[in-house]
Amino acid sequence: MTMREIGAALVLAGVAGLGCASYLNPARAWAADEPKVMIKDFMYSPMDLTVKAGTTVTWVNLDDEPHNVISDTGLFRSGGFDTHESFSYKFDKPGTYHITCSIHPRMVATIVVE
Amino acid sequence: MSDHQSHLSRRNALKCMAFGGAGTLFALSGGVFTPIDLAMAGAYDESKEGKVLGKPLFVQISDTHIGFSKEANPDVNGTLTQTIDIVNRMPQQPALIIHTGDITHLSRPAEFDLAQQLLSRLRTTELHTVPGEHDTTDATVTEYFNRFGKASDNKGYYSFDHSGVHFVALVNVLQFKPGGLGTLGLEQLAWVEADLKGRSTSMPIVVFAHMPLWNIYEPWGWGTGDADQLMNQLRRFGSVTVLNGHIHQIVQKVEGNVTFHTARSTAYPQPIAGEGTGPGPLKVGAELLPKMLGVSSINVVKHPRSLSINDTVLA
Repeated sequence: MTMREIGAALVLAGVAGLGCASYLNPARAWAADEPKVMIKDFMYSPMDLTVKAGTTVTWVNLDDEPHNVISDTGLFRSGGFDTHESFSYKFDKPGTYHITCSIHPRMVATIVVE
Repeated sequence: MSDHQSHLSRRNALKCMAFGGAGTLFALSGGVFTPIDLAMAGAYDESKEGKVLGKPLFVQISDTHIGFSKEANPDVNGTLTQTIDIVNRMPQQPALIIHTGDITHLSRPAEFDLAQQLLSRLRTTELHTVPGEHDTTDATVTEYFNRFGKASDNKGYYSFDHSGVHFVALVNVLQFKPGGLGTLGLEQLAWVEADLKGRSTSMPIVVFAHMPLWNIYEPWGWGTGDADQLMNQLRRFGSVTVLNGHIHQIVQKVEGNVTFHTARSTAYPQPIAGEGTGPGPLKVGAELLPKMLGVSSINVVKHPRSLSINDTVLA
């Protein structure tokens, strides 16, 4: 098992009980219509995103510094992911989700799921 | 005291340059830390007032970021090894080593394993740690605690005494408010209050945590939101030394009886507060890098009783 696979397994283990799909995906090719949030210069871009229920959102790290994505309600928490790595989470239920990076808590963003 | 201090500070600036930026040393006099330079320390050493450069009580290593391999330093294992060599070559070995966090870059098991393997080369075997936010990014936040949680019953914060000095290890990277700074939290603050209760104010206190326990630069999260409540508990003590890492550069402040000091990283420098887009690795030339990495050693001075901080760079 590579380190990345271990990381992915940990993430899956961490959220398995919540019944959500969430994964670190360093080599995954995501569908063109799935929304991506770029992380650059210590910011999520866009900072506000609206998607339909059932959508998988992918965060891609373009910084030289690792970041992560955690929900302020504890719904999900990615492991740290490094440059050009990404993390995806499928939002099943409508609602407003506030996320932050625990390494750099100034980084915040909101996902609205309709 | 203040006149004396500024006089020494001016001399300090010149003499530290002569020493190739080898460091600044703090000596405690009458309960207040006064910055003096290494050349002055040498002079004190020969004086009748006693030795300033006594046996080092402990060495602070910080921000080793094992697992980092980018341009800012492709060989963090090598620079940690150099740091360890410096410590191992000290004529008198410190009683203990304190690592103020960001042991690893990404909290990965292999990174922790390698860090422990490298640190095991230290001749001083007593190692005390606190986690950095890079050590707690695994989704389950277990890798750090599996290895270093025993000292604190997995709380992360703990205290101990050594050589008449009371050490308090704190965690400010696990709780935070989004958009905010590091946080100690009410539970930990209550624990500190109980821990310090009844202690003599003449006992020197060393507090260490990863993120600065004073607000250096809020836009980059370089501070701890509820540190004021901690300081209210510490102010009554005659000698308090607050040691942090996180910002990969030395910033220091003396406030009453409290000396605040952040250590260099052994891995890579970071920009000065507010310069550039964020607190990421700072790329400098290969020649400059070792001058921006290093360790701090903290000495006990017996006559008069004091603590001193001495920063050393790799080159």
